[in-house]
Amino acid sequence: MANTAPTHTGEASLEGRWQGITSDWSSDQRAFKTASWGKAMMWIFLLSDTFIFSCFLLSYMTDRMSTTVPWPNPSEVFALEIFGTHMPLILIAIMTFVLITSSGTMAMAVNFGYRRDRKKTAILLLLTAALGALFVGMQAFEWSKLISEGVRPWENPFGAPQFGSVFFMVTGFHGTHVTIGVIFLLIVARKVWRGEYDNGTHGYFTSRRGRYEIVEITGLYWHFVDLVWVFIFAFFYLW
Amino acid sequence: MAHAPMAHAHSSATPSQADAHHEEGQQHPIKLYLVIWGLLFVLSLFSYLVDFFHLQGLLRWTLILIFMMAKAGLIVAIFMHMAWERLALVYAILFPPVAVLVFVGIMIFEANYTLLTRGLFFK
Repeated sequence: MANTAPTHTGEASLEGRWQGITSDWSSDQRAFKTASWGKAMMWIFLLSDTFIFSCFLLSYMTDRMSTTVPWPNPSEVFALEIFGTHMPLILIAIMTFVLITSSGTMAMAVNFGYRRDRKKTAILLLLTAALGALFVGMQAFEWSKLISEGVRPWENPFGAPQFGSVFFMVTGFHGTHVTIGVIFLLIVARKVWRGEYDNGTHGYFTSRRGRYEIVEITGLYWHFVDLVWVFIFAFFYLW
Repeated sequence: MAHAPMAHAHSSATPSQADAHHEEGQQHPIKLYLVIWGLLFVLSLFSYLVDFFHLQGLLRWTLILIFMMAKAGLIVAIFMHMAWERLALVYAILFPPVAVLVFVGIMIFEANYTLLTRGLFFK
């Protein structure tokens, strides 16, 4: 264990101590032995995103618990008439199934990526992106329906005015995540299709060599979007 | 422990060797993903049925939370491969969100207090 770092830390010069910072942080230490830097950083980003969505859901809980006006019944607000039948919450249920399906195709894309099956990986990635776009489309439909019924961030005809602000903020932020995910899925799908992860073409963003692990890292983000929806579905729509 | 020599080998390996090692990682049979996919479908259907049959009160809360945690667990463990990661990463990611539960507790007190003052003011 030859560690050269402490030799930099002479108390004498400030410069030596500054160099100590870089040498300590770059002294080939590795906490996550099997996860690459890219995967570890994606996980840490997702952790920070977890806190953001937690704060949203917490403010929703506080709003709903502290209002003196009855909360609108989401089961009825999000009900649809389909072929003359009254279906409570049906659109949200379909959106949930679409997002779960896209998670399934994503997981399989990761798998075929590591098997270096370029064609299947690209097709599954494109399918995942299409399902994500379908999800955002249904969300746009849901927003238009509620807006036409008079739901605004400051008022709505169904009950507590906080309902509108929470709805637009939480589903809007989640929808933004899905949209960004779709864009990244399309970029990765294109790179897979062109074989850029087979011949290690340098990427334009970090200029590092492309590897199939990118598919798994993009997948982590995509599964996280699905994960957040699980919580929004339970707390906002089913409660 | 048995991991120590491997970890050492890792730190001395050249980046390309480490990368090559990684490309082989996380290979699981497709059938596993399909089974999890099916389970998530069934759990989502159960959640929807809780609403469809208008279950209320403690039963509704319990069922919704059970199905929610089961779905979240399956996604993180299998789809996001947490079940096969080393504990150092698993704990680094999964422990911090537990602090959110403390925040939940604080905000329950705060919300009750706000409701109380609103009740007194708008009487």
